[in-house]
Amino acid sequence: MDNNAIIQIRELTKSFPMGKSAFTALSDINLSLGKGEFTGLIGPSGSGKTTLLNIVGSLDTPTSGEAWVLNQSVGRLTAREAAQLRKESLGFIFQSYNLLVVHTVFENVEFPLLLLKIGAAERRKMVMDALEWVGLTDKVRSKPPQLSGGECQRVAIARAMVKRPSLVLADEPTANLDAANSHHILQTMVKLNEELKTTFLFATHDEKVIGYLRRKIYLLDGKVAQDEWVKVDQTEK
Amino acid sequence: MIRFLINGLFRDKSRSRLPIIVVAIGVMLTVFMNAYITGFMGDTIEMNARFTHGHLKVMTRAYAENEGQVPNDLAMTEVTSLKEELTSRFPELDWAARIQFGGLVDVPDEKGETRSQGPAAGMGVDLLSPESREAGRLNITESIVRGRMVQNPGEALLAEQFSQKLGVDPGDEVTLIGSTMHGSMSMYNFIVAGTVSFGAEALDRGSIIVDIEDARHALDMDDAAGELVGLFDAGFYDDERALEIAQAFNSAFVGDDDLFAPVMKTLKQQGSMGQLVKMLDVWSVYIIAVFIIAMALVLWNAGLLGGLRRYGEFGVRLAMGEEKSHLYRTLIYESVFIGIAGAIIGTAIGLFFAALVQKYGFNISGMMEGSAMMYPSAIRTRITPADYYIGFIPGLFSTVVGAMLAGIGIYKRKTSQLFKELEA
Repeated sequence: MDNNAIIQIRELTKSFPMGKSAFTALSDINLSLGKGEFTGLIGPSGSGKTTLLNIVGSLDTPTSGEAWVLNQSVGRLTAREAAQLRKESLGFIFQSYNLLVVHTVFENVEFPLLLLKIGAAERRKMVMDALEWVGLTDKVRSKPPQLSGGECQRVAIARAMVKRPSLVLADEPTANLDAANSHHILQTMVKLNEELKTTFLFATHDEKVIGYLRRKIYLLDGKVAQDEWVKVDQTEK
Repeated sequence: MIRFLINGLFRDKSRSRLPIIVVAIGVMLTVFMNAYITGFMGDTIEMNARFTHGHLKVMTRAYAENEGQVPNDLAMTEVTSLKEELTSRFPELDWAARIQFGGLVDVPDEKGETRSQGPAAGMGVDLLSPESREAGRLNITESIVRGRMVQNPGEALLAEQFSQKLGVDPGDEVTLIGSTMHGSMSMYNFIVAGTVSFGAEALDRGSIIVDIEDARHALDMDDAAGELVGLFDAGFYDDERALEIAQAFNSAFVGDDDLFAPVMKTLKQQGSMGQLVKMLDVWSVYIIAVFIIAMALVLWNAGLLGGLRRYGEFGVRLAMGEEKSHLYRTLIYESVFIGIAGAIIGTAIGLFFAALVQKYGFNISGMMEGSAMMYPSAIRTRITPADYYIGFIPGLFSTVVGAMLAGIGIYKRKTSQLFKELEA
């Protein structure tokens, strides 16, 4: 096992029972992601992107094989340990933002820190830092219904980044955004990736996202079809 | 985290408004019902205790067995010494001899012929001894409608309703026709000093109240009395202590076959009073239990609906690493807040209505016509210290139970489906 890798996957298979038979969503996956990568799992619907993201996010377990995330074998974690891993080290960005609508922008971003029981003064500073990264310090008291889609997704990014996780998992983060907002969001994430060295792993088939990736892992029918590194200057816009 | 939860509750009206309203209504009813039971049942019990049963009562065994017939031929004799003994042994009670009797009250016209007459339920109580507390205990002075209190031997008080029926006014002479302790016919004249209304249908229907010495003369009951009633100086019935006293007194007569040996009975051991006292004890518990169950069912459903509405929120919180047990606990914390808020509001409203009914009351004399038991003619609540906290029991318990039942779904949530669910 490579101790420097953020994610290490060895011969991973994931099957789901379908009546008397089983459907194999992922088959014999071998992957390794290092610190600071900006990587995407690319493939059509049903290719296994979200299933793999689920396993890496310790939301699901492999049927066979191993998935090591931050040196912890996901398949061997108890529910409590898996929650602990997500709480401390993983950030999630969803397609439909999933902000808490009755809470302010500040409170949405603050929530992961409440789970970590960080003190109020430090929490406030961390939240304001995160909102500054995404350029929303003027929306601290706003609530999600008062924000545009792009602003909501920036709040979601701030929420995912506020605890400075080692790994951020983003499932189709631009699917609900127009082109301008998509680019704005992606540029924000690239900036955070570069400044904080946070590893980003996307599940996407959006060309706009793919254009920003530095590593593209193509999945087809549950298998890695292609693993392609992109030179940095090619992605710069 | 608590502030985060409270902010959520305040801002999301559907999360807090309906549950708080449900809890407030339930708590309000609980508080009001408790004050009502304490007031009405307590008044009923105390009224019966003061007028007939006492907190403790001593009779002969034979009298006790036929108490409903008021058999004065089975009454106790040498009552003065027995009363002294009781006062000495049980000083926390005030002991008073009484004679209950039945008879016919005849009202003569100016020629001495019967003008009107009617059956009377009489009571001979100590009205003229300076040390007697009977007049105050029976609230006689305050109950006088016309005329005045008995001040001299040979005077009587008639129930106002009864006097109206007979056409008797204060100052008129009436004749009590009854039977003596020894079974002979008795006729005794009284001057009506005044009329009274006690606000209890059973008393106001046909009562005649006389001094016990007059009753003794009329019924030939020298130093005798049908009963000796004892009432706690504390002013309220203490069943546990009453039972101890009765057992202590009765133990001296165990093995004695004499039908005229005295026997002491507690309020609870007399007639249907036991059921009434027990009802007072258990009704509060029943009411609270009913409201807990009813409110918990409503709040469970409200919680289920809320859980459906907050499905996305719970999902994202689980994805962010909140443990299911923590999420479940936060729902309980929310329910505690709702329970406290609803209980405070409900208690305030319940106390307000209870205070109104305590002050003004509901007149129910029409419903009590013909009742043999003494009920107060007006329902009045009585606010006790318990009313300030009793609503918090169903208020908190039902919200917590409702939240616990509704929150079980959190444990059934599969984290592997979160991404799919949250993209929906």
